[in-house]
Amino acid sequence: MANRLVSPIVWQRATVIETVRETPQARSLMLALPHWQRHRAGQHVEVRLTVEDGYQAQRSYSIASPPEAPYLMLTVERIAEGEVSPYLVDVVQEGDQLEVRGPIGGYFTWQASQSGPLLLVAGGSGIVPLMAMARHHALAGSTTPAHLLYSARQVDNIIYHAELEQLATEDQAFAVFYTLTRGAPPGWAGFQRRIDLDMLEDVGWPPAQHPLIYICGPTPLVEAVATMALHLGHAQGRIKTERFGPTGGS
Amino acid sequence: MSQPMVSRGFRGRQRSVEANLPPGQYLTNDFPVLSAGPTPRTQLAKWDFTIVGTTLVQPKRWTWDEFQALPRVTIQADIHCVTRWSKLGTRWEGVALDTLLARVQHQARFVIAYCDGGYSTNLPLNEVLGGKAWVVDSYEGAPLAPEHGGPARLLVPHRYFWKSTKWVRGLELSVDDRPGFWESLGYHNDGDPWREQRYQGD
Repeated sequence: MANRLVSPIVWQRATVIETVRETPQARSLMLALPHWQRHRAGQHVEVRLTVEDGYQAQRSYSIASPPEAPYLMLTVERIAEGEVSPYLVDVVQEGDQLEVRGPIGGYFTWQASQSGPLLLVAGGSGIVPLMAMARHHALAGSTTPAHLLYSARQVDNIIYHAELEQLATEDQAFAVFYTLTRGAPPGWAGFQRRIDLDMLEDVGWPPAQHPLIYICGPTPLVEAVATMALHLGHAQGRIKTERFGPTGGS
Repeated sequence: MSQPMVSRGFRGRQRSVEANLPPGQYLTNDFPVLSAGPTPRTQLAKWDFTIVGTTLVQPKRWTWDEFQALPRVTIQADIHCVTRWSKLGTRWEGVALDTLLARVQHQARFVIAYCDGGYSTNLPLNEVLGGKAWVVDSYEGAPLAPEHGGPARLLVPHRYFWKSTKWVRGLELSVDDRPGFWESLGYHNDGDPWREQRYQGD
């Protein structure tokens, strides 16, 4: 028998203390929780909404804040025809309460104590759990070399753009690389194509350095990048992925 | 928390169609892909399926061709992912675990399914016998795609879908219950969607 002493992950009433418009489609919610257990960068929470007639909808959202933060930050991107995301992106306001439970997930996580250089690859709002890792990297004073490769449609879709620039300036061991897949503004210095083998090799680390690779985004991007990483010779066990839908599958 | 809190301004989606879903699930017509690492791609010539275990009189191994020659069934089932999507009436084809386990003698009580990519999942034997679990290699009439677990995956539709392990390569029969990959990472040991056993302690 599996005999583990575990306590249920209980629902808590979180208060929205601040909202930040990140892009036309995405908004961050800063939440204060009565009882928060320190999370690990990469973990997620569940959010539960309730209608007056008792109907409930629950969804999982990645945590954007680092373990060091005094509040919990979620960043939500609006999904067209979504049930929960339009509410969180457009309706919720400061002072509202949400039911939240977590932190959840023990695999797609990174702690500053882990060895090996770090390669983070984000597609769209897949940046969210990786941002928690980047923030943790800076706040923990990690000297582990870390590169973030962030693929977005257009420059306006880059979430946390200003903060990423600031992190890249202030955190000596952290660098960020962007690629835009649907057109770039004049003077754009980043990549302008889908992530390919050359780009991944340029931005990443040689397999001999045994980098830890975290890939998060829509399924086609994650499938493609994980396959490229294997092709470049990275070990399967060093590649962690998180895919999101709902329309990512085939 | 004793009673749920009404969310100001939240109306939710029309919900009559979702009446026969387990608690906390929503309906999707997509087939989302969720897995923790790169998709393994095993050549059929190198694929095999084994049953091992300490109480086993003799281990068993099938090559891909031998596996294809086993009695096959079609299964229509509703599937429920712990990330809250459910998909109704999915159609699969494969071999029942009853068929596979009838070909070995053992005294085990639990089964651990193991897979390419290092994943595993644990189930009590009585939850996989009696037409409740299959090794499937076909989805909606076509060979199972690698991102959905091809060439073959476990199908245990009465449990959350993480227990329907992708890229399955064999079964270990065990006297003791030993948590698998996700079960070691905070997910529920049993994972019954109708009892909403998502995480440890649920």
